[in-house]
Amino acid sequence: MSGGTFLGMPAFPEAAAAAVRDTRLRGNLRHATGTIRAKRAQAVAELPDWAGLRAAGAAIKDRTLRHLDHYLERLEEAVTASGGTVHWAADAAEANRIVTQLVRATGESEVVKVKSMATQEIGLNAALEAAGIRAYETDLAELIVQLGDDLPSHILVPAIHRNRGEIRDVFRSEMGRWGRPAPEDLSEEPAELAEAARLHLREKFLRAKVGISGANFMVAETGTLVVVESEGNGRMCLTLPETLISVVGIEKVVPTWRDLEVFLQLLPRSSTAERMNPYTSMWTGAADAEGADGPRDFHLVLLDNGRTDALADTVGRQALRCIRCSACLNVCPVYERAGGHAYGSAYPGPIGAILTPQLRGTVTELDASLPYASSLCGACYEVCPVAIDIPQVLVHLRERVVEGGEATVRGRRTTVRPARGHAAERAAMRAARWVFEHPAALRAGQRLASRTRRLHPRRLPGPGRAWTASRELPEVPAESFRDWWLRERGDDGGGRKGRGERGERRDRGGDR
Amino acid sequence: MRVALFVTCVTDTLYPGTGQAALAVLERLGVEVDFPLAQSCCGQPQFNTGYRRETEPLVRRFAEVFRGYDHIVTPSGSCAAMVRENHPRIAARAPGGRSADEADEVAEVAEVASRTYELSEFLVDVLGVTDVGAYYPHTVTYHPTCHGLRTLGLGDRPRRLLENVRGLELMELPGAGECCGFGGTFAVKNAAVSAEMGADKARGIEGTGARAVCAVDNSCLMHIGGILARRGSAVRPVHLAEILASTDGGAATDGGTAGGTVGGAKEEAR
Repeated sequence: MSGGTFLGMPAFPEAAAAAVRDTRLRGNLRHATGTIRAKRAQAVAELPDWAGLRAAGAAIKDRTLRHLDHYLERLEEAVTASGGTVHWAADAAEANRIVTQLVRATGESEVVKVKSMATQEIGLNAALEAAGIRAYETDLAELIVQLGDDLPSHILVPAIHRNRGEIRDVFRSEMGRWGRPAPEDLSEEPAELAEAARLHLREKFLRAKVGISGANFMVAETGTLVVVESEGNGRMCLTLPETLISVVGIEKVVPTWRDLEVFLQLLPRSSTAERMNPYTSMWTGAADAEGADGPRDFHLVLLDNGRTDALADTVGRQALRCIRCSACLNVCPVYERAGGHAYGSAYPGPIGAILTPQLRGTVTELDASLPYASSLCGACYEVCPVAIDIPQVLVHLRERVVEGGEATVRGRRTTVRPARGHAAERAAMRAARWVFEHPAALRAGQRLASRTRRLHPRRLPGPGRAWTASRELPEVPAESFRDWWLRERGDDGGGRKGRGERGERRDRGGDR
Repeated sequence: MRVALFVTCVTDTLYPGTGQAALAVLERLGVEVDFPLAQSCCGQPQFNTGYRRETEPLVRRFAEVFRGYDHIVTPSGSCAAMVRENHPRIAARAPGGRSADEADEVAEVAEVASRTYELSEFLVDVLGVTDVGAYYPHTVTYHPTCHGLRTLGLGDRPRRLLENVRGLELMELPGAGECCGFGGTFAVKNAAVSAEMGADKARGIEGTGARAVCAVDNSCLMHIGGILARRGSAVRPVHLAEILASTDGGAATDGGTAGGTVGGAKEEAR
């Protein structure tokens, strides 16, 4: 019961096509993203200095990433000095191994979890289960996903694909198998659903000896970790257990508390459209004295898992600025229709489409399809609170897929080979480039198309079917614009010559 | 003022009426327009699909063809965005760039790109005109295409031009800023999602009751129009240039418009 797995999922277009046919999913997503989209816009519009904050957020992240080694070492020193222990994990397997050993050392076989993207990314729950340790998700939406043996489909609202009725059904049938059951007569009223979850989780909070979390930020100067949440369930997990283990991506470090101030304005407005975040928990190291509040034992597992590779990519590295607000998901027309599961990763939506192929590579068919899961409409870039130019990175990763080239993979500079299955497309692109370099050939092609226009079929075979299955083809005109120009004006725009005119003289000569 | 029309490969091949209309509007405003025949494609389809190396010669070609002009005007938001935003980046990353000649070439690409305008930008910002003396007695809804809206920041320029067209009734399009789902090769690589986005856009357009949907990009209009036609809809796609070219003397173009049968004002005005 560790939930499903993203392994072995189909490429994005197939999964997305199936999601498009699921009218209930579409209804749930349209409602949820539409609501939060409008609220975010309002919350952001309230701040006259939003553009400045956004630029500051991007600049702080860029500077920190440029000197990441320095700030991580400062962080380690500060955490260690305040009684915590820092572990370094190069990849998911190492992080899972460290956490499993730490839990085993406590002698416990249960842990409570704060909602965390890093532990979703590494598949921690499954690793713990394999070691005989049960991990209880305590974030309401994560709980719904876990009880339903489901996968998260949104960064902030992992159960966004479920409506109230579905949640009630999951609670009624599954809660009893994990602990306190839901009442028999549970309705789909939000207050009743929340109360059932509250009672179910309270039992876990009071019993747990080990808590596992991620963190939204780590402040290097004092070694302070920050978790930002809306329910208070996270704070329960961070304060009640005796041992706290936090798994955090290395890019989450910020140099100082002053830097934090910027992000605590950017994040809530972008994420939940709140002016101020409801529960902001901060802790520094371990509780030292007898009778002091909070965990006695604190472990920080710093996770790389592909982040250093992404950092080596001068275009792609901006994805590491991400503060996981989900604004790009909520505004994305592709996400709204494809749903989160189609992205086959803990990170769905536009940010997932640029983060996953950088963390996991572009080797599998699914990962190679992610950079194409976008119409490049730019809505994501517009709302991103740290100004990640997602369309730019998408196109950059598309280049890696079809042309290959230099990339850093597990710390080594490597020549990535083009992904398979693009041979026909590559040939077509080369042919098109040749034609566009030879306007005479372009015109010959246009004329051929015009002369045969009555013969063009309405439905195309092969790859063209993807167009004509849902759209009519445009009618080819009797003559192209350039032919019309030559006929009417008969002149090459004032006869300006340059290297750019190669091929054009012959072309015009043959025309007269 | 030496102005060149960059007609774009899509408009050149499939929608010559839009090119003629852009030309007519500019000439009506007293601008002398050249059409350098060596032009072809800005490279957007190649670049956005990941073929940066295939794009490099087209970027160089663009700068060579248009370097002699004060302004380059194009009836396409996405092609203007491709040139202005991506041509300098592509030139800067292209192999070479060490020698003085190559550095000059990189600088020239950026310089030519900075003088490239989408039609409505050129009319409003360079010519300072919002009333081009057009007459188009139809109900029209306006779809702001993504690259015009978000990359170029066209803002309300196209709307201001439309609002000054006599006889034209502008109908508000709900969710106007949302992508129509075209996205170049996205339309075939993710056809299911693309078609769903297009169908939602088409329903929104039909809901306005307008007779025509106007945009500044024929590629998006090809997708929207293709979906509308498949749905049997009476709404026709029409490029902004064609509306602006229409006068009470009749349509300024003689065929091959994105709208096909919409033509100009003439047929309806009578």
